[in-house]
Amino acid sequence: MRHLLSAADLDRNQTTEIFDLAEEMSLVQGRPVKKLPALRGRTVVNLFFEDSTRTRSSFEIAGKWLSADVINISAKGSSVSKGESLRDTVLTVAAMGVDALVIRHHASGAPWQASRWIDAHVLNAGDGTHEHPTQALLDAFTIRRHFRRTVPDQVSFDGKTVAIVGDITHSRVARSNVLLLTTLGAQVIVVAPPTLLPSGIDSWPVLVCTDLDQVLPHADIVMMLRVQRERMSGGYFPTPREYTIGYGLTRPRLQAMKPGAAICHPGPMNRGLEISADAADAANSLILDQVAAGVSVRMSVLYELLGGSE
Amino acid sequence: MSGTGAPQAQRGDRGPGTAVGSEVSRVVMDAEQIARACTRIAHQILEANRGAQGLVLMGIPTRGVPLAHRLATVMDDVEAVRVPVGALDVTMYRDDLRQHPTRPVGHTDLPVEVEGSTVVLVDDVLYSGRTVRAALDALGDLGRPRAVRLAVLVDRGHRELPIRADHIGSYVPTRSGEHVSVRLAETDGVDQVSIEPVAQVAPEEA
Repeated sequence: MRHLLSAADLDRNQTTEIFDLAEEMSLVQGRPVKKLPALRGRTVVNLFFEDSTRTRSSFEIAGKWLSADVINISAKGSSVSKGESLRDTVLTVAAMGVDALVIRHHASGAPWQASRWIDAHVLNAGDGTHEHPTQALLDAFTIRRHFRRTVPDQVSFDGKTVAIVGDITHSRVARSNVLLLTTLGAQVIVVAPPTLLPSGIDSWPVLVCTDLDQVLPHADIVMMLRVQRERMSGGYFPTPREYTIGYGLTRPRLQAMKPGAAICHPGPMNRGLEISADAADAANSLILDQVAAGVSVRMSVLYELLGGSE
Repeated sequence: MSGTGAPQAQRGDRGPGTAVGSEVSRVVMDAEQIARACTRIAHQILEANRGAQGLVLMGIPTRGVPLAHRLATVMDDVEAVRVPVGALDVTMYRDDLRQHPTRPVGHTDLPVEVEGSTVVLVDDVLYSGRTVRAALDALGDLGRPRAVRLAVLVDRGHRELPIRADHIGSYVPTRSGEHVSVRLAETDGVDQVSIEPVAQVAPEEA
């Protein structure tokens, strides 16, 4: 594997390898010396054209725990604010001899473009409304751990149902998750108001439903997506309150979930909008497990890409 | 002890070798010899440590782990104590990571705190000594043992670092081009140590 640009780049075996390694990596968190020497002498640049807390910091921690040198470049305070093009920025950073570029960009396909300009490894950390493969990996990893509490060696998600609820149109998390969860064998149901379902959804390997209450009793995992206020200028729903009534994971809906089912949310949450505080803090909420998994999974991905010979 | 198994020499199953050396694979330890070596090593470890106090056996994957378990079983029979057994994967500490495609990482399992205990590293073959160096580094990141010992089933020579084993099952003289193949019932279905004429696979033992 040279780049990680899309969740579609990964087959079931590669994903399982990444997860098994992530389990090993997670043990490092509990050690006195939180450091492995595997990427000593390698340089990873986080090139972030969009704001991010958890993705950037977890990539940074992941790189550092593997002994790589990690440098953060954000659009604010760099030459990007002086009008430098993506290509020039990417070529400039690559010319310094970095080994991997972790790119978040507001334009869909930007990391893919970058991967064709330079020799370094490129990791997609979220591009526009396209994909966010490491988020999908850490979601699926968290879900696998959840399933493994009942079946210790669960590898595939065959026979499991995952509902992805919310703004499917603008969600790169949803796209990557649909691809990866389907690869792992899960049946994905996307649930959204008709205005937030993208055109072409018919060609996705998913079931589509506009009624959350109909889906809830059948889903093993309920993944709530953030209502992206920054992308909400188009009048996709009348009021936030109406969205909550139709698609929020409210307290009554918690009771309607299948027994043993768990809740995911990629964060950051809008409490009271798409997810109630009761749901976010429920015993079957995996939201903090997702954050904890972020570092281990990204360590695993960095090792897979950078751990061997060129 | 060299040559004790030589009469059982057989054709290498990877086809005829191409090197100037012998073209057949030689069995140098059979199941009984491996069992005796394990029994002796277990006794030696207990003798050197004056009992099982503070001992931890850490096997280096893949085949060091079942060997460590065998040593613990012998110790249990002799002293009736359960010596903790763990696994120490050294992949990320290797000095040749960059020379191969990304290597799969094995499992590290710490049965007890390393701090203050006497750790016996257990591996199948001692060759260049680089795996042991990596293991010492890996161990250092887990804590500060009171002492570290090394037990190996086979010492085949050709050291590249100033490292020696404290407990050796068998010393097997080899040429550097040869490959020492250790097979254990737990991982390979049979207990056997043989010398393959040419290293056609990447040597794992290092």
